[in-house]
Amino acid sequence: MAVLQAKADALAARLVGQEPAGQGWLAEARRAALARLAPMGLPGKRDEYWRYTNPTDLTAPEAPRAALFDSKGEPRPFSALDRLKIVFVDGQFDASQSDDLALEGLEISRLSEAGAQAGHWAANLYGVLEARGQSPVERPLAALNTAQAKDGVLIRVTGRPSKPVSLIYLRKSESSDATLHHCIRVETGAELTLLENGPAAARLSKVMEVDLAEGARFHHIRTQGRDHERRAVSHIFARIGARALFKSFTLTANGRLTRNEAFLEILGDDAVAHIAGASMGDGDFHHDDTVFVTHAAERSESRQVFKKVLKNGAVGVFQGKILVKSGAQKTDGYQISQSLLLDDDSQFLAKPELEIYADDVKCSHGSTSGAIDETALYYLRSRGVPLKQAQSLLVLAFLAEAIAEIEDEAIVDDIRDRLEAWLHRHEH
Amino acid sequence: MLEIKNLHVKLAEEDKVILRGLDLTIGAGEVHAIMGPNGSGKSTLSYVLSGRDGYEVTAGSAKLLGEELLEMEPEARAAAGLFLAFQYPVEIPGVGNMTFLRTALNAQRKARGEDEISAGDFLKLVREKAKTLKIDADMLKRPVNVGFSGGEKKRNEILQMAMLEPKMCILDETDSGLDVDAMKLVSDGVNALRDAGRSFLVITHYQRLLDHIKPDVVHIMAAGRIIKTGGPDLALEVENNGYADILAEVL
Repeated sequence: MAVLQAKADALAARLVGQEPAGQGWLAEARRAALARLAPMGLPGKRDEYWRYTNPTDLTAPEAPRAALFDSKGEPRPFSALDRLKIVFVDGQFDASQSDDLALEGLEISRLSEAGAQAGHWAANLYGVLEARGQSPVERPLAALNTAQAKDGVLIRVTGRPSKPVSLIYLRKSESSDATLHHCIRVETGAELTLLENGPAAARLSKVMEVDLAEGARFHHIRTQGRDHERRAVSHIFARIGARALFKSFTLTANGRLTRNEAFLEILGDDAVAHIAGASMGDGDFHHDDTVFVTHAAERSESRQVFKKVLKNGAVGVFQGKILVKSGAQKTDGYQISQSLLLDDDSQFLAKPELEIYADDVKCSHGSTSGAIDETALYYLRSRGVPLKQAQSLLVLAFLAEAIAEIEDEAIVDDIRDRLEAWLHRHEH
Repeated sequence: MLEIKNLHVKLAEEDKVILRGLDLTIGAGEVHAIMGPNGSGKSTLSYVLSGRDGYEVTAGSAKLLGEELLEMEPEARAAAGLFLAFQYPVEIPGVGNMTFLRTALNAQRKARGEDEISAGDFLKLVREKAKTLKIDADMLKRPVNVGFSGGEKKRNEILQMAMLEPKMCILDETDSGLDVDAMKLVSDGVNALRDAGRSFLVITHYQRLLDHIKPDVVHIMAAGRIIKTGGPDLALEVENNGYADILAEVL
């Protein structure tokens, strides 16, 4: 009982003065989220789903202070790409730094403005996929986000826009506590590339609901900022229709605490869902990828590829599940989680799971952790490659399978440059 | 070119002595072969010269063009002109063969104070060298040695040698695992690199390789030392009679 009481108390502390008021679909969705949330309470250390990651900093009433990070003027990710920029500063939309929210093939609106508009398309999406994602495992921080989010974008894609949409999250405050919630609906045959970068806030909770109609294509590439102090919990909820393609890649460099959850539901035949992550941590770094992929249709394919490079006591966590429902025949599911431990102090905790109720499927999973291959290192050096360069080459090689999930070559180059720069700064 | 004097080596982690006073001098442009029974220390010699971890030099020296190799990092030895063709070439998943070759070539040029090779020149060079070794575009694109057959791995070693243009080449049982055709291909690759300014040390168990790569000098190694040195005929003698007679004669 004490544990349940603590979870309820933690929730009550977060909700002080935050009761959703007003009319319209958004207020209703917020109230519904609160109703979902009430019996759950907030996550606690004893929860099975939080066994490897302590949620205290994410559930505390106020965001832990986080010193600002000076990137010393180095170019931000994706800055060389032609893109539609949407900027948030400490979780608040900043019109002065953003482009016009208009591009052929897209409708973009702000959550804070659309929430009162009757009949807005997002009324059928906001909180809907999040609610679906509360079973079989509860995700209270996502419901809390739905109940409290003040800003975010609603993007409806009807065509093939000429450039990516780029969400840029800047941070100016040492104590900002941001809650962002985005909804994305890609209509039949339409295609969107969505970029995200930046630390966003001292503490960020972000939910993204992605609804892919038949044959829709969605490419998501994000970098979470190499801000050392930030804390973040993010959720992606995706509903994937027939012949649709979902691809998501995340680069996480540094960060005190990051929990990235994904809940992907394949509901249409012949759909594809790939989710990948490359993360690198040096020192006080805790990174958690928690992924749940459901196959509920025939001949669908999923891949989970997560790679972590850890040193100086950094901790990496992977909890990944593939659920194949009965009738989801010819499912092809793949899951790999690997860590490269650059010293003896770092730690990788992995919990891979498969649950299969169909009899004609192909599913595989693997999880490894290990050090740099000394023989390969010697081989490279014997060809004249200096030690540090050889180590970097092998680290990049280790991450290659995750990076390979990015289709756009220019973005791949950008990500690789960032990885190389990180390795250079954090040489052994 | 290479001058090894009184080299004593033991395994770093156990008290096992492998080389016991090895002397070997190879002049510029010469091809020397080392033969010897299993466990005589042939491969250890190649590893110690190239700088692999796990060996402890307890006495002696090994100089390449007058410079002490044994004090250099492996990459510095490579930049100084040493190349070891591995008996078991290493697979490196995730690193493309082309990237590997270009990184190695540029690292060596940089270490010698030369400019990096341009992407265009590199591509031209690698295509030309690969063609003579019958290495196709697919092999160049694939990760280093991953999924290569035994013969492909050895050809890839020779390709690296051709690209890096070392001065002192050590071939450690390059013939092992090769069929007759592959051995001819590899040998032709090596012979094409023979030059007045380039020397070779060919470590092998079999005389057959020496029919293709004709040595100037043949050494017999046993128990960590060179016990007999002669001309190409010495290899034939071993092939016909084994090592027993030579060992008996010396000991």
